[in-house]
Amino acid sequence: MSPPLLRATGLGKTFGSFCALDDVSLELTPGSVHGLLGENGAGKSTLVKCIMGYHRPDAGHIQLGDQEITPKNPRDAQALGLGMVYQHFTLVANMTVAENLVLSRTQLPLFIDWKKEAEALAAFMATMPFKIDLQATVRMLAAGEKQKLEILKQLYLKSQIIILDEPTSVLTPAEADEVLGMLHGMTRKNELSILIITHKFREVLGFCDEVTVLRRGKQAGRGKVSQLTTNQMAEMMMGSATNLENKRVPASNVNEPRLQVHELTAADDMGVPALCGVSFEVCSGEIVGVAAVAGNGQEELVEVIAGQRIRSGGTLLVHGKDYAATRDQLHDRKVRCLPEEPLRNACVSNMSVAENMAFRSFDRPPFAIARWVLSHRQIRKSADEQQREYGIRAPSMGSPIGTLSGGNVQRAVLARELRGDVEVLIAANPCMGLDFAAVTEIHARIRKARDQGAAVLLVSADLDEVLALADRILVMSEGRVVYETRPETADVTLMGKYMAGHESQESQESPAAAE
Amino acid sequence: MEGEALGLLGVPLAVIGGALRVSPPYLFVSLGECLTEKSGRVNLGLEGTLIMGAMSAYGVSYLSGSPWLGVLAAGGVGLLLGALHAYLCQQPRVNDIAIGIALMIFGVGLAFFLGKPLIQPTAPRLPAFEFGNWSSSSPLRAALQINVLFAIGIVLAFAMRYMLQRTRWGLLLRVAGESSDSARAMGYDVARIRLYATACGGFLAGVGGSFLSLYYPGSWNEGLSSGQGLMAVALVIFARWDPVRCLWASLLFGSAGALGPALQSVGISGGYHLLSVAPYVLTLAIMMMTSSAHRTLLGQPAELGAAK
Repeated sequence: MSPPLLRATGLGKTFGSFCALDDVSLELTPGSVHGLLGENGAGKSTLVKCIMGYHRPDAGHIQLGDQEITPKNPRDAQALGLGMVYQHFTLVANMTVAENLVLSRTQLPLFIDWKKEAEALAAFMATMPFKIDLQATVRMLAAGEKQKLEILKQLYLKSQIIILDEPTSVLTPAEADEVLGMLHGMTRKNELSILIITHKFREVLGFCDEVTVLRRGKQAGRGKVSQLTTNQMAEMMMGSATNLENKRVPASNVNEPRLQVHELTAADDMGVPALCGVSFEVCSGEIVGVAAVAGNGQEELVEVIAGQRIRSGGTLLVHGKDYAATRDQLHDRKVRCLPEEPLRNACVSNMSVAENMAFRSFDRPPFAIARWVLSHRQIRKSADEQQREYGIRAPSMGSPIGTLSGGNVQRAVLARELRGDVEVLIAANPCMGLDFAAVTEIHARIRKARDQGAAVLLVSADLDEVLALADRILVMSEGRVVYETRPETADVTLMGKYMAGHESQESQESPAAAE
Repeated sequence: MEGEALGLLGVPLAVIGGALRVSPPYLFVSLGECLTEKSGRVNLGLEGTLIMGAMSAYGVSYLSGSPWLGVLAAGGVGLLLGALHAYLCQQPRVNDIAIGIALMIFGVGLAFFLGKPLIQPTAPRLPAFEFGNWSSSSPLRAALQINVLFAIGIVLAFAMRYMLQRTRWGLLLRVAGESSDSARAMGYDVARIRLYATACGGFLAGVGGSFLSLYYPGSWNEGLSSGQGLMAVALVIFARWDPVRCLWASLLFGSAGALGPALQSVGISGGYHLLSVAPYVLTLAIMMMTSSAHRTLLGQPAELGAAK
């Protein structure tokens, strides 16, 4: 049975005074892969949420086949054969794969016969191109497996139209190709239609048949991928011709080792070892990139260096002296940290932007008089200066930082961390979820910090970002550094294999050093 | 005397008997708390619910002459208090811990206020199974008296585990407690699931209170509860959110509470007051043993204490 045609015509949606969607149309041809492109805040999510019944559109209608549909909630949409895979996993982490699959059904029996369900699930799994252990607890699955499970869930529900919201942001390139390739294959057999929200042109060119581009809530273009070039699509997204080349600028002035990590071990939140003896050095004036898939110890590594997690063993040296990430040491040795999801990890959401920007130095002059009395005037003045310098868009520096958009929170935290001299900078996924313009700007700021002599450790799940910024690349997998290379000689396929843990390197010798 | 005839053997027997008498309130309140917490919310007000339950059960039993009507009334009052907690927690910017403490104080105060006239009269008590009738030894017979309500509680513990594992209701409850985002993505109303769970949890806590006033100690006064409602929170953590383990944990807490009186019954009265703090010491010890700064507890519903 081939999937029905999905057509949205003239959709509009406003939230308060903000117009999120304005007269947007989209047509998903049965058996095709359709890319939905746009920068952050362009209205992609609002569009698919209207289709999935999360939001009620204010204008326009949605047709499925010959029928007009008005799903009131995601369950209605699911009953119509529409399924969505969200950017953030909607799996229940403390439940098993089998429980998660059974749960997702619209009609659950009052009493659940787990034996019968297990047999039915095993039979279903046997027909699928990838397998996941049904009894495994979801928490134990790697990010790639979770993403596969999300997609399996939609297939299990017999969804004929699957909407994917940036499905590959947590996958290695090889995993992304595997998952998308499998879905692409199913559309060729006319079993599925796919609508995929993505930032990555590689995926659009590789897997999509058609694209619709949104810009600031309006339709900016549409067409067949075979008839468009990357630059044309980028132009539709950003409204002006832009150079997508993010040029590498190699380090020019690498000096003495500044951050030395030796045999570092630490446990994760469940008490399971997450870092199993990590050793490396970062020199002044270089960016060391750590490439790893989420959940392989890099989060814990960043937390230990930032002072948010206690190490269980190993040594950390900054400037050759032992370092325990106390507030005084962070200040004296000028260690700064831009963690991932800064709103959650490095901000107090209900405090003002200005206060958040003073966290590193509120207890020192000029912000504090005699280290005790805070000068709100000084704090505000400095925040206003930095607002101009970093282009932070906020109603005022006095509004709560939680009300800012992701990119502006990132800018505010970056402004705070880069204030004054920086000798060690840790940046974790600094551009996650940001649009091109913001990415370019943040990359430039990180490079500038390096050129001024900082030792930069960049942790990122995005290989392109690591390749564009780093001067040396470490690959982490399962709590260890498994591979080291240099961007100019890096083999992306091989790195992907190491990231996925498929390859193991007995000697820690780097190929670059061996040359 | 029989007690002296048994000698030191009488101590474990008295502890068992005491545990069977003391543990039912722990059991009911912890089952109620377990149900509530499984849905992702903490109800610290169950101490107040327990005492309100005890007072209303005693009053209704006295007025109607039927202790079972009293138990139902206690459950009903608990249900209302639970629903009130859930309703208040659904309001924006409301913290469930703070609401719980407020409701605890409210419940205790209201019960003392309404229960003033009930201190004097004697209400009909709940019946018990006499499992020790075959024996002529009176301590043994006393030890093996099992209250009908306790028997129901034991069945309930197993039924609740079954419910959580194998029914639609149980599964949805757990999803609400593990990830409200997932539940919402599936189109379920998390607030309603939590409302039902908190109300049912309140019902159970109320029933637990009826045991205090209608069976053991078996009268209404203001010193009736000794913090069982609060200790049940620790007990649920100790039981790792599993209803059947709540049963074992209740028996353990009951035994700790019965240790002092048991020793006294064989004539060891030294340190009686010291031993009566055993349940509290146990609570502290358990919290210290099971908590760690370095990891999250296994089995803890992920939504518990999550910032909204």
